[in-house]
Amino acid sequence: MTPHFLTRTLDRSATIFLLIVAAVGIVIPLSNLLLPADSPLQVPTYLMALFGKYVCYAILALSIDLIWGYCGILSLGHGAFFALGGYAMGMYLMRQIGSRGVYGNPLLPDFMVFLNYKALPWYWYGFDMFWFAAAMVLIAPGILAFVFGWLTFRSRVSGVYLSIITQAMTYALLLAFFRNDFGFGGNNGLTDFKDILGFNVQADGTRAALFALSCLALIVGFLVCRAIVTSKLGKVLIAIRDAESRTRFLGYRVESYKLFVFTLSACMAGVAGALYVPQVGIINPGEFAPANSIEAVIWVAVGGRGTLVGAALGAVVVNYAKTVFTSGALAPYWLFMLGALFILVTLLLPKGIIGTFNAWSESRKASSNANADSAAAEDGVTKPHLAEKA
Amino acid sequence: MTVIETPAPTTPASHAPAVIDPVVAAREAEARQKRITSAQLYLDGVHVSFDGFHAINNLSMVLAPGEMRAIIGPNGAGKTTMMDIITGKTKPDEGDVYFDGTHDLTLLDETKIAELGIGRKFQKPTVFESQTIYDNLLLALNVDHSVRGTLFWRGSRAESERIDKVLETIRLTDSRHRLAGNLSHGQKQWLEIGMLLAQDPKLLLVDEPVAGMTDVETHQTAELLKAINRDNKTVMVVEHDMTFVRELGVKVTCLHEGTVLAEGTIDDVSTNDRVVEVYLGR
Repeated sequence: MTPHFLTRTLDRSATIFLLIVAAVGIVIPLSNLLLPADSPLQVPTYLMALFGKYVCYAILALSIDLIWGYCGILSLGHGAFFALGGYAMGMYLMRQIGSRGVYGNPLLPDFMVFLNYKALPWYWYGFDMFWFAAAMVLIAPGILAFVFGWLTFRSRVSGVYLSIITQAMTYALLLAFFRNDFGFGGNNGLTDFKDILGFNVQADGTRAALFALSCLALIVGFLVCRAIVTSKLGKVLIAIRDAESRTRFLGYRVESYKLFVFTLSACMAGVAGALYVPQVGIINPGEFAPANSIEAVIWVAVGGRGTLVGAALGAVVVNYAKTVFTSGALAPYWLFMLGALFILVTLLLPKGIIGTFNAWSESRKASSNANADSAAAEDGVTKPHLAEKA
Repeated sequence: MTVIETPAPTTPASHAPAVIDPVVAAREAEARQKRITSAQLYLDGVHVSFDGFHAINNLSMVLAPGEMRAIIGPNGAGKTTMMDIITGKTKPDEGDVYFDGTHDLTLLDETKIAELGIGRKFQKPTVFESQTIYDNLLLALNVDHSVRGTLFWRGSRAESERIDKVLETIRLTDSRHRLAGNLSHGQKQWLEIGMLLAQDPKLLLVDEPVAGMTDVETHQTAELLKAINRDNKTVMVVEHDMTFVRELGVKVTCLHEGTVLAEGTIDDVSTNDRVVEVYLGR
């Protein structure tokens, strides 16, 4: 089982991808911690935090690629699952502050004192325990995705209508989380974190560990996605993407497949959000903004949908560009550039970076093998084909 | 090659039980007791209208087990709509549709109906273009179709042997690793018939199998369908090509405006005054 599973899951590009992520996940934290600050090879902490953010985005992109690239579900609300995972982690971090807050209340986070809360709302119970919060990172987005998916897929809502509903979902959550009486800190969100599992979130060691963990999560997420898309289930997902009703007539319960993969994808997005929050130090309702979700879809499109590696690459490339361009004189024009990027990729590189590269290398391989293949191909062409040509 | 050396996993080729609606279950039980008909497929007084357009009008038809039937009729006669009703894509406004005399098809959805053993080939060949021919057939096999079953699926020799047999029947053995999207139109038609074979249904609904085929291919397709029918399968073929229908040599039903206009041998039907009138448009 295992060898077969591995050869199936790890093709060449997958192996290269995993090696690079593993190397980055080991080298960057080590260089940050072990090298002296004046060494040119030392990765400063701010840069490591920035890369950590990219890695979390890459996990989010992977989760979108799983449903969009392989099952044709274009979710324009995946930022909601990311943010829910982030809030679950943020709630844990808030409760770790304890009496070190500005108001020194041992139980209530600062914003609750400020807003005259008398007691901790019931849904904050349990978040002082890490295991509970970690479970919620998966459960909260998972349940939302399950209920949402159960209602929409069963009613056969698909295509652009589904995309619009996912936008509405994240927008509704945005509005809800903006409210002060919703109990999640209103528009300020959750911030001023102190400790995670007893370690100072600001310390270099903790940041290095979080970075390495993010890379590990990316590796695990990637392996899970690969295992799925290379299984027979993956073939069914592609069949649903390409010809949904045909798949139904073969006896597959399409809505169950969609529900499974959508829920799994939401849990992955939740993990990405949970790793993101301690590294950036804040979670606020802005993460639910519909534009964020659309941006995440653009990462996948740029990298190449239906390739997994491309999704992760697209997330890093686009966000790096964003960092570069939003910190200079070009800052006001970033959204225009992002829009232009999406249009250009759609027109010129419809398969994205990795997709185009794969097509190119395949065609090169094909042409170099052309001579050897042509004889075989002639045999392979059966009568009907020849007859139709003639 | 997806051939695995290990023997087949012990999971039987059972179908995942769908969610059972008590109303459906009760009606199915009632039908099973009554065993309304011994026919493989039984349609009685079926009506369907779309926005006031009567696509199917008091349609009644019976297919005996193991029978092959050709359905002809001008455009808009309701042939495809009839197949939509049988496969659960369209719900009739009125009328009874029974499979095996026990299953009320009007209560079931596409997945359930496919699992009962009704396979369908579409008018426009519909194959999974971005997957190989082998994978197309693999997906069509009537094995465990549940999410868990496919996630933990491991090929078995029995499965790959079945696929090999189908590949041979549809003459695509040498192209097994080609993408279905790269096939010619005629080959796609054959692949879709192959998918039907892999599905191993009791009743095959075949919509225009020889559209876009040459005379040689048409002849081969007729032979193939006859062979399938000899294998004790009930077949319903919708086709415009009269030479092909004649070659099948089976009972013919002519539909017009959603109802049966004439039924009988091809010679009877093609000399029927009303059929001639409908086809020539007077």
